[in-house]
Amino acid sequence: MAEALDALLGRALGGRVRFEAAPRAQDVTAWLERPEDLPAAAGEVAGPAGHSLAMLVATDDPGGRLTVRYVFEPREAEDRFVTLAVSLDPARAELPSLTCAVPAANWHEREVRDLFGVVPAGHPDPRPLVLHAGWPAGVYPMRKAFDASERPAVAPGEEVSRRVVEGGGVFEIPVGPIHAGIIEPGHFRFSSVGETVLHLDARLFYTHRGLEKRIEGMSAIDAFHVAERLCGVCSVAHGLGFCEAIEQIAGIEAPPRARLLRALALELERLYNHAGDIGNVCAGASYHYGTSAGLRIKESLQQLNEQVAGNRFLRGWLIPGGVQRDVGPEAIRRVRAAVFETGDRLADLMHRIETNPTVVDRLDGTGELPRQAAVDLAVTGVTARACGIERDARRDHPHAAFRDVPALQPRIVTAQGGDVHARVDVRAREAGESIRIIEEVVARLEPGPLAQSLPTALRAGSIGIASIESPRGASIHWLRLDPEGRVDRYHVRSASYANWPAVPIAAEKAIVPDFPLVNKSFELCYACTDR
Amino acid sequence: MLGTILRSLRAGVVTTRYPDDRTEPPLAFRGAPEIRLGGRFAELPAADVCPVGAITARGEGARRSYAIDLARCIFCGRCEAPGRKGPLTLGRDFELSARRRPDLVIEVTSDEEGAIAAPAVALTTSDEVSAQIRAVLGRSLHLRHLDAGSCNACDWELSALLNPVYDVRRLGIDFVASPRHADGVIVTGSVTRNLESAVQRTWAAVPEPRIVIAIGACAASGGIAGRSYASAGGVSEVLPIDVLVPGCPPRPEAIIFGILVALGRLDVRRRA
Repeated sequence: MAEALDALLGRALGGRVRFEAAPRAQDVTAWLERPEDLPAAAGEVAGPAGHSLAMLVATDDPGGRLTVRYVFEPREAEDRFVTLAVSLDPARAELPSLTCAVPAANWHEREVRDLFGVVPAGHPDPRPLVLHAGWPAGVYPMRKAFDASERPAVAPGEEVSRRVVEGGGVFEIPVGPIHAGIIEPGHFRFSSVGETVLHLDARLFYTHRGLEKRIEGMSAIDAFHVAERLCGVCSVAHGLGFCEAIEQIAGIEAPPRARLLRALALELERLYNHAGDIGNVCAGASYHYGTSAGLRIKESLQQLNEQVAGNRFLRGWLIPGGVQRDVGPEAIRRVRAAVFETGDRLADLMHRIETNPTVVDRLDGTGELPRQAAVDLAVTGVTARACGIERDARRDHPHAAFRDVPALQPRIVTAQGGDVHARVDVRAREAGESIRIIEEVVARLEPGPLAQSLPTALRAGSIGIASIESPRGASIHWLRLDPEGRVDRYHVRSASYANWPAVPIAAEKAIVPDFPLVNKSFELCYACTDR
Repeated sequence: MLGTILRSLRAGVVTTRYPDDRTEPPLAFRGAPEIRLGGRFAELPAADVCPVGAITARGEGARRSYAIDLARCIFCGRCEAPGRKGPLTLGRDFELSARRRPDLVIEVTSDEEGAIAAPAVALTTSDEVSAQIRAVLGRSLHLRHLDAGSCNACDWELSALLNPVYDVRRLGIDFVASPRHADGVIVTGSVTRNLESAVQRTWAAVPEPRIVIAIGACAASGGIAGRSYASAGGVSEVLPIDVLVPGCPPRPEAIIFGILVALGRLDVRRRA
């Protein structure tokens, strides 16, 4: 496969390409001599070679040049990343946009334009994404020359334009960023005729905290605590992504007990999320018994989290090199009892949902995401699997203990409808699978060391990449250290980031009152999208 | 339908009686850092062990001081010595709300023999706005939630207050849809640049007297986001805070405690 890709790219680019087995031995990085060759190269990788876009990473390199890496992953189960890299002169930072050919590149290219000033020429959407109105032109906060503590004054300027439908009988409904409930901030502008949504323009990045800039220059251990806080309900997944990336750079591996405990943490995180998300979908469908039942299950699981890890979001359990806290026999007993009970309660809740025609009527056919759109946007996690796309980073990019024992490998759950019902169904069956994995994990725990220490001298310049299956899908972490062993560049493509562009598509043709239901069936985070 | 009703009846009452009944967090819980008085000052962990800069060590020789800012603390436990053998451990106290930021600083000094001693601390207990709020509103408080750029952990804990276990409505506390119906705002996050005007405009729409409760390390101090091109560095940079609730995130009962402190229904001294 690797040879075939080399040959394909070499031929398509007339040899103007240099290959490197990086970041990991099984990966390929193709350095393109000319940025103009990017569309042809991407055409080969995304087309005949069957890859989808995973992430875009821009770096401001020590030599003063900017590098943009388009990272692809195979659509089939294969633990490999293919990177197309181009080096740019910051004075003429421009490359041809891939968005029209590779729709998944849309937000990535807009983000790199905002934060690094790299212009994706021919991008169909000229609006800023991450930096909202009032940000001064020509100031790029992720460039190294930009001082992290600088706070540019708000520049006078027009509000960013919105994409709306105009015409007789078309109404525009603005919602947010401050919502009526306890929800994260985003602005949604519906164009509707009667109750039917014609178009939804979603504007995010209100919670952009500048964390990727903040983390630069931090020691690996300090940076871990920030990574763990990119998101609340994906704390374990992000913490683990950072850990696996730094361990790759350090050339160490967490000990077996730590790998098992990491799998336990990931599955406990998935379980409380899925239970709560099913409850929240019931809230969207006005099924209050279901809401209360789902939230009760979530609450008891979060209380379990606190008993096991000392924190209801499981923070402070992992650490680069392994885990920082062990789990004693008493906690294991509680885990066993709690997941057993959860299985029962979830099964009962699902039975009540599925046998209630008024609820099922709200879920069926609502917020349908066409399979082709799911493929084009390279969506991930529950969103993808509910469209029949059989992907799961636990199998495709094995992490924690998922590669160790066949019994720990998840049986990947899919559904075909792509609608709210399919997403609820996938979550419920996945929760059952998480319970099975948790039981397998705790049955296999043997005494042993909890962590390997990180070497004091970490290799500068080498890159760590890890894809972790969070409750919302694969979150991909890319990390590079500077010569002092501090973070030089850290970029995270969260599962929510990949999935958000699918929400407006699924909302089209829904009725406005169903939007909360559609939105809750995706249940995406804003925090780890906006960072 | 009948099955659902029977199931609900069988579940019984699941709601906690907090704050009337004091609850004990689990043994593993990481709450307020505790410094053992009389322990060796030299054995306190170096300030740079803290990933968020919550620890400050000042001075030389005998007149040294050591302070932990709970507004910054993310309760990660890195400052605990292995096996919790040092003079600094994370205890289980979670009722940590305060009216003023300085009240959240735990400070110790070194005596002549190098042992840890404690300076006198006075907590601020009364507050004008709180008295005013109580005069107008009595014991009830309706709040507008403002996500000012949180990681969503604090937000999820606020929504947990509405689940059947905490059910804060039993205490006369509720979250409302419009700032115009609110007695104040409960803010999570460090106030991002992209939300600053929304935060100010929401606050301006709340009728007076109005209260501001800052939830979690980011709201109280900027937290891990700090002050940067994208983040104001805490709610106090934008709004006048009445009560701070430390935590990363604070557990639901800690938030209930903070809200009741804001109302003057509980005293911050309860923790002393």
